Amino acid sequence: MSADQMLAFETDCHIFDGCGFPTPGLHSFVFEPLFTVGGIEVNKPMLLAVLSSVVVIVFLWAAFGRAKLVPGKLQMVGEAGYDFIRKGIVYEALGKKEGEKYVPLMVSLFFFIWMMNLWSIIPVAQFPVTSIIAYPAGLALLVYLIWVPLTFKRHGFIGGIKNITGYNKDLGWVLPLVMVLELFSNLLIRPFTHAVRLFANMFAGHVLLLIFTIASWYLLNGIGIAYAGVSFVMVILLTAFEMFIQALQAYVFVLLACSYIQGALAEHH
Amino acid sequence: MIALVQLASEETEPAFLPPLPELVIGTLAFLLVVLYLGKKLLPNLNKVLDERRVAIEGGLEKAKAAQDEAQQVLDDYRAQLAEARNEAARLRQDAQEHGAAMVAEMRTEGERQRDEIVAAGRAQVEADRQTAAASLRQDVGKLAIDLADRIVGESMKDAARQERTIDRFLDALEAKPADTTKAEVTR
Repeated sequence: MSADQMLAFETDCHIFDGCGFPTPGLHSFVFEPLFTVGGIEVNKPMLLAVLSSVVVIVFLWAAFGRAKLVPGKLQMVGEAGYDFIRKGIVYEALGKKEGEKYVPLMVSLFFFIWMMNLWSIIPVAQFPVTSIIAYPAGLALLVYLIWVPLTFKRHGFIGGIKNITGYNKDLGWVLPLVMVLELFSNLLIRPFTHAVRLFANMFAGHVLLLIFTIASWYLLNGIGIAYAGVSFVMVILLTAFEMFIQALQAYVFVLLACSYIQGALAEHH
Repeated sequence: MIALVQLASEETEPAFLPPLPELVIGTLAFLLVVLYLGKKLLPNLNKVLDERRVAIEGGLEKAKAAQDEAQQVLDDYRAQLAEARNEAARLRQDAQEHGAAMVAEMRTEGERQRDEIVAAGRAQVEADRQTAAASLRQDVGKLAIDLADRIVGESMKDAARQERTIDRFLDALEAKPADTTKAEVTR
């Protein structure tokens, strides 16, 4: 496995060595394929995405596989997460009756996204899978494919259109404008922002971590060592901050998914 | 935006354009999680959670029953205690009354006995006095007759006469101031 495949920067480059700062950028998010399976070139993020699935499944299996009346430690942790999503997000947004069937989806979304984000600070992996737009986009698309058909199923075609366009007679002459805006906002921009919100947060977080990590290494020469120390402290602080952001963004993604479904189920407002 | 994507794709691989394999793999990886969780784990977990809820509710009911029973026992105990207190008070009062009655009875009995003794004493004294008086009367009569016999020299041996004379004498004697006679007798 070469450095190109795993690392974000050259390892033999230091300040005062006539070597420029290897700035992280878009290229930091491009990985050469590690190996090929059935014609698909598998790179690091793909591997991590699959691993996320494995880790989440193993965790959930270990926690709930043999769920007991009196829970063990792991089951208790799992149940805390499960209850947090179920009662804290789904029931809050959709109510117990409507929300129950979306609980598995939302719990999975939360754990899966959180795990994909978490790779960012796990040694060796050190890359948030969600900073590749494809992964949040896939999930956002999935949510989109749930709430849009649901809107029409619940309200019929005309009712669905009214729901999505925010039809309201009281608006008078601004109604057409509002309808056009709402149509754009809900049907086109919403899935995009849903995915990009997660993607951009993790992307930016990873770039920040990269800048200070690379700087810590790059400055490790002569007087630069003092600055490397400062940079390293920043790495630690940002790592802690990223831990918070990772969980928060997973939470936000699930919260938005619930609120979209809630909007689809709601009567016209 | 399209221009941006094109610009990016000219330099390196763009981070914004979702490549199909990644999209598919990411989504499939996620669907795997949803399916496993939704079809297998959560139904099982929810069953366990329901069981737990029932168990806890059962426990709560049991605790409620135990509490009720404890309350019942406490109430019973309190009732019994109150009853016992009443009983004790009643007994005490009874004892007091009984005691008072006994004291009163003893007192009357004592008084009665005292009166009896006193009466018996009085009767005895009276009897003694009478005996003494009778004996004295006889002696005094005899003495008087002897004296008179000697003085008069007349034979007074005839019993009937003697008797009459004594009686007459004594009657006369008693008819005279009785106190003096009595005082003489007791002395």
